[in-house]
Amino acid sequence: MPVVVRIPTPLRRITNGASEVVAKGKDVDELIVDLERQFPGLRERLVEESGELRRFINLYVNQEDVRFLSGRETQLKDGDQVSIVPAIAGGA
Amino acid sequence: MEPLSNVRGLTCQECKRSYPVSPVHVCEFCFGPLAVDYDYAAIRRVLTRARIASGPPSIWRYRDLLPIDGEPAVGGHVGFTPLVRARNLADELGVREVYLKNDSVCHPTWSFKDRVVAVATTKAIEFGFDTMACASTGNLANSVAAHAALARLHAYVFIPADLEAGKVLGTQVYAPVLVTVEGTYDEVNRLCSEIADRYHWAFANINLRAFYAEGSKTYGYEIAEQLGWRAPAHVVVPCAGGSLITKIWKALQELHALGLIERPATRMYAAQAEGCGPIVTMVKRDSDVLVPVKPRTIAKSLAIGNPADGYQAYRVVKDSGGAAEHATDEEIVEAMALLARTEGIFVETAGGVTLAATRKLIEQGRIPRDEPIVVCITGSGLKTAEVMESRLAQPVRIGPSLSAFDRALADLKSITRA
Repeated sequence: MPVVVRIPTPLRRITNGASEVVAKGKDVDELIVDLERQFPGLRERLVEESGELRRFINLYVNQEDVRFLSGRETQLKDGDQVSIVPAIAGGA
Repeated sequence: MEPLSNVRGLTCQECKRSYPVSPVHVCEFCFGPLAVDYDYAAIRRVLTRARIASGPPSIWRYRDLLPIDGEPAVGGHVGFTPLVRARNLADELGVREVYLKNDSVCHPTWSFKDRVVAVATTKAIEFGFDTMACASTGNLANSVAAHAALARLHAYVFIPADLEAGKVLGTQVYAPVLVTVEGTYDEVNRLCSEIADRYHWAFANINLRAFYAEGSKTYGYEIAEQLGWRAPAHVVVPCAGGSLITKIWKALQELHALGLIERPATRMYAAQAEGCGPIVTMVKRDSDVLVPVKPRTIAKSLAIGNPADGYQAYRVVKDSGGAAEHATDEEIVEAMALLARTEGIFVETAGGVTLAATRKLIEQGRIPRDEPIVVCITGSGLKTAEVMESRLAQPVRIGPSLSAFDRALADLKSITRA
């Protein structure tokens, strides 16, 4: 399932400057495995040793936070767009 | 007073990696929030109560503890708002001593956001930006637009399309480029994160976040100074992204570390709306895992379902021995009316949330009735006027004659008696 992954600035050193990359996986977990295969070092930036997503990272599939979907088991299909976005401050 | 070179750099609050002073907002490694690292030893050598007291009646009296290099570029009148002893409200709540830290009269845009934006705008100019921007639930939008106008910077302001009329007009009037986004604040934020990656702008709450957030400390410094250089026993704080409560706490810790107040025994309490209360939920469940929510509340300035500083806000409540409470929409409006009726102060919905939560925490026995309580009021009621409209008494309309007034008064009295 090739999907487009949007890469935020802090991670672009690992993707050789690319702001979007294409990766495969039937779900988010598999996608992260494929990202690590293509861009070694990316996985540890996204997930803790336990495999859980890092506290300050938000992962969106087609603009929906995966925590409102099925988290790391969120299914992916051809043409989906995945965004990696750092948490952003606001309000009080 | 001579400005200090007081900042050493930025430090990740999660993994403790260090970064030089620059417009970056998250740790490149773990995405944790960056915080300003000060040279407290140097600050301690010069900072005294007298030095602060001889400064201007604004946030800049605490300039030694703010992350700017030169003179403040804007915000000459921001902050130093009243700490009001609320005796009528105390009677109503059945407690001995309540204070309102009243940023509904903060200059120039009637919310505490003027504090953070004055710092962010000064910092944006120091970094050489020509454009300010922000994602906002309303108050930040007002303040960024106003300060950018004063500093002659371009401004791009992004807000959810469903904000209150007062918040929209109170931004438009300063003529920024105002973009209303069809979505929640969390969606505006995600969009702005991608915009901030593409355009070289000073986003107050994104790439200037570490500096901007420091402005909130002045709210805490002022509370301590206005209480006669002592920390309050209890502080109830509205939470959206969760930054303010952490910065008030930090302010009290700093004042103590610098020898300006006794060790604070302050308990911090988080207040959120029931329709958007993920931080309060963490406290109630005693869990450090934040579960984001889809906001559904009239308190739009607090409607952030995925609070960036949620974890730190939770830690402050826990570490200080405080508690947290939700307020329903009905309780929010009732509390706004209560404050207007008892103290003559009209606050926005966020203030209603905070007072409603305070009342519940007192009734539950979590806040004792015989110790000083500070309720944080962060914005003006005119910004969210529509929530009050349906529950206010109608004016008495008459012709311009004394007899018309006499008749109207007789009618009023008969209604009151009945």
